[in-house]
Amino acid sequence: MDPIKNISRRGFIKGIGLASGGLVLASTIYSFSKCNSETELVSEFNPNLFVQLNSDGSLILVASRSEMGQGVRTSLTSVIADEMEADWDRVIVKQATGDSKYGNQNTDGSRSVRILYQKMRQMGATVKAVLITAAVKYWGVPESECTAENHYIIHTSGKKIGFGDLVDIAKDLEIPKKVILKSPKDFKYIGKNLPSIDVENLSNGSAVFGLDKRVPNMKFAAIKRCPVTFGTVKTYDKTDALMVKGVLDVVEVPLLRKAFGSLGGVAVIATNTWAALKGRDALKIEWDDGDNASYNTESFMSTITANVQKAGQVEKSIGSVDDAFKKANKFVDATYQLPHLTHAPMEVPNAVVSVEEDSCEVWAPIQSPQAARREVANFLKLDEAKVIINVTLLGGGFGRKAKPDFIVEAAAISKAIKGPVQVVWSREDDIQHSYYHTVSAQYLKGALDSNGNVTGWLHRFAFPSIGSTFKPGTNLPQPWESSSAKDIPYDIPNMQIETGKADAHVRIGWYRSVINIPHGYAINVFADELAYEAGKDPLEFRLNLIGKDRVQETNDQYKYDTAKLKHVLKTAATNAGYSKQLPDGHAIGLAVHYSFYSHVAAAVEVSVVDGKLKVHQVNIVIDCGTAINRDTIKAQMEGSAIFGMSLAFYGKITAKNGVIEQSNFHDYQMLRMPDVPKIHVEIVESNDDPTGVGEPGVPVIAPAIINAIFKATGKRYRSLPLSDHGLV
Amino acid sequence: MITLKINGKEHTVDVDPTMPLLWVIRDIIGFTGTKFGCGKGLCGACMVLMDGNAVNSCLMPVSTMEGREIITIEGETENLQALQKSWAELNVPQCGFCQSGQLITATSMLNNNPNPNEDEINGNMSRNICRCGTYTRIKGAINHCVEQKNKS
Ligand code: FES
Ligand code: FES
Repeated sequence: MDPIKNISRRGFIKGIGLASGGLVLASTIYSFSKCNSETELVSEFNPNLFVQLNSDGSLILVASRSEMGQGVRTSLTSVIADEMEADWDRVIVKQATGDSKYGNQNTDGSRSVRILYQKMRQMGATVKAVLITAAVKYWGVPESECTAENHYIIHTSGKKIGFGDLVDIAKDLEIPKKVILKSPKDFKYIGKNLPSIDVENLSNGSAVFGLDKRVPNMKFAAIKRCPVTFGTVKTYDKTDALMVKGVLDVVEVPLLRKAFGSLGGVAVIATNTWAALKGRDALKIEWDDGDNASYNTESFMSTITANVQKAGQVEKSIGSVDDAFKKANKFVDATYQLPHLTHAPMEVPNAVVSVEEDSCEVWAPIQSPQAARREVANFLKLDEAKVIINVTLLGGGFGRKAKPDFIVEAAAISKAIKGPVQVVWSREDDIQHSYYHTVSAQYLKGALDSNGNVTGWLHRFAFPSIGSTFKPGTNLPQPWESSSAKDIPYDIPNMQIETGKADAHVRIGWYRSVINIPHGYAINVFADELAYEAGKDPLEFRLNLIGKDRVQETNDQYKYDTAKLKHVLKTAATNAGYSKQLPDGHAIGLAVHYSFYSHVAAAVEVSVVDGKLKVHQVNIVIDCGTAINRDTIKAQMEGSAIFGMSLAFYGKITAKNGVIEQSNFHDYQMLRMPDVPKIHVEIVESNDDPTGVGEPGVPVIAPAIINAIFKATGKRYRSLPLSDHGLV
Repeated sequence: MITLKINGKEHTVDVDPTMPLLWVIRDIIGFTGTKFGCGKGLCGACMVLMDGNAVNSCLMPVSTMEGREIITIEGETENLQALQKSWAELNVPQCGFCQSGQLITATSMLNNNPNPNEDEINGNMSRNICRCGTYTRIKGAINHCVEQKNKS
């Protein structure tokens, strides 16, 4: 299929504003749960500004969510353009500032499209309706004789008028109360392959990421933070730092003990980044390490591993697992251990902040612009209205940039030096002061009857909770952190899910697909172990475990559907050639997981030669409901495969005496091109509501690799990364 | 004072001679297309062409760059523009942050080897990390670019 081009995208880089004189439509927050073709507008209007049509025909569409490579600036706006019958080549995308008038802007949880799809459709359809009414007035013809097509309103007689030419009439018209949405079969952009609206700028160096933002008079700052989380500055000597050419000043940054607060430390301000970094190296600081200096991940792993060997807090129980184990023909148990991880987005955390007397302006790569606004306003004791958060492009986010701590740091420094400053994290800062993906131990025990059916399932896990970042002292998982284990779509009569205690000693945060990584890993590997113990083929066994067709019993609008789950699993296996003869030493491993409301399976082909693993092929199948932009979904699955392989191969963050031991890409490695397998993606055709895409591809990769390694070698690896086992 | 030739233009800068070229380009001269990713020669985000070959600008003291022909992602050289076109056609970038470096490494490879085979592509491109995982598309775009050039 030919990609649809957009030639006017350069406008964004030039900085297009919502100029006066255009047709600016306010959008309501619509409430509906079904994908009806006709929906009512809720009478309550919200001052959301997403569409501006100019009399020259150019169409400015606002992206309210942050772009970090997941293609949201393209997908969300293309939905408006589709319903509006706009010409994509006339579209210019404008990034929204952080402001509650745009509704929730948190770009996380793989939910931007899921939540905004219908609203964007409504918005587009509403504009189209107004334009048709404008043409009706202009021509004096009945509405039934007018249709919209590719930026024109067309009359049955054949005459037509451009959208732009209708602006002056349209701006005085009333917004219709009811609009008709298009039938999916008439979609022009939705479900097609639309290239990123930013693709050219991202390939020629003109795209502006946070790190590229420059404002007049801006200084650069690097911060030395305590190596131990929440440690504080006792004393410091700035003499040598001030002697570095280009260094202007040294100031202390406060430690704010709140979820998104600054970590505190000493900042070196300079005329360029290099001088700031060099000046920082020259600082002499004595720290008070505080309580977290006791953190050693190795002994911590032993502690939480011991915790999951004994009864924990019961989160869910159906039937009686005790009974099941008593009556079992055979039982199997296993313990899985996964380390901390960190996001390491290619662009390190950074922010430009300019604090003025009674206002503040921020430019930053941020997934949560409203949280940033709130934190900065709180810190500066300003009204939120006085804080402007400009969202730049993000050089990757993966959850790290959902936490605006780095913006608060920049605000503190800008305030101290009374001028604009860019805080730049080094890669070492990024790896050593992150909000880490949690470290976990999980114990699973399964009962098999004499036919090899699973009659009992016990899953017990302990990991420091993300809740601890918000409420220090929290040492049990939050309810939502247990759900990917509790809502497991397996048809087992006796099941029990338990949690064990685990204290946090670093900041714990969400990381692409979050707790689905450990849960998806343990559940998929354990299911595979059970299959072998039962003497069954893993695919057949798994389909049987998922059981009969049914949908989840839940009040949630979205439910898992075991038919979809089995379908993605079977399709992935077929695409991988599961039942075909493979080259000697090759084997295929499977995994399937439901997360972010999407059903995803992976079938991965590996070989292990001379003790070294090679991943040959990754096949992913996703059912994410209506596919908005197929090429983006494919790209996200490709990226998820690589992301999942990186964590499976190398991902491990460790702490000794509270200090993170890794520092840069030599000891926190990423997959590189020579290790990249063939990746095949299939997107299931569906007209159901769209569900998550950015994250759900990740959890299936590592367990599928582990299961493939077992099939190829007979060795079962229950901990990651594989570099610890000498396999990569 | 150090004089640099970047994208065909001369720039005279007064900086610490040990300052890596990366920071001179980004913070002093103001071309921000060249990226900082690690500062240690590990990720390739900072690649620029030095006399046609890709170098990690985060490792190159600016004092050693005098008399060299530097081309950044904003610059013009046949293979770079051809690759950029392929990049757009295959919709390669996700976040895009690594892509300046990827394009410069690929340009350097094609400057030296107009018809790289798969191993050569893997070997050359292993200098660059893409955290978003666009590797298959990068490889596809390089191959596409080579094909187009061979056709014309
Ligand atoms: S920034 Fe130079 S190699 Fe990473
Ligand atoms: S496209 Fe994001 S790091 Fe490569």
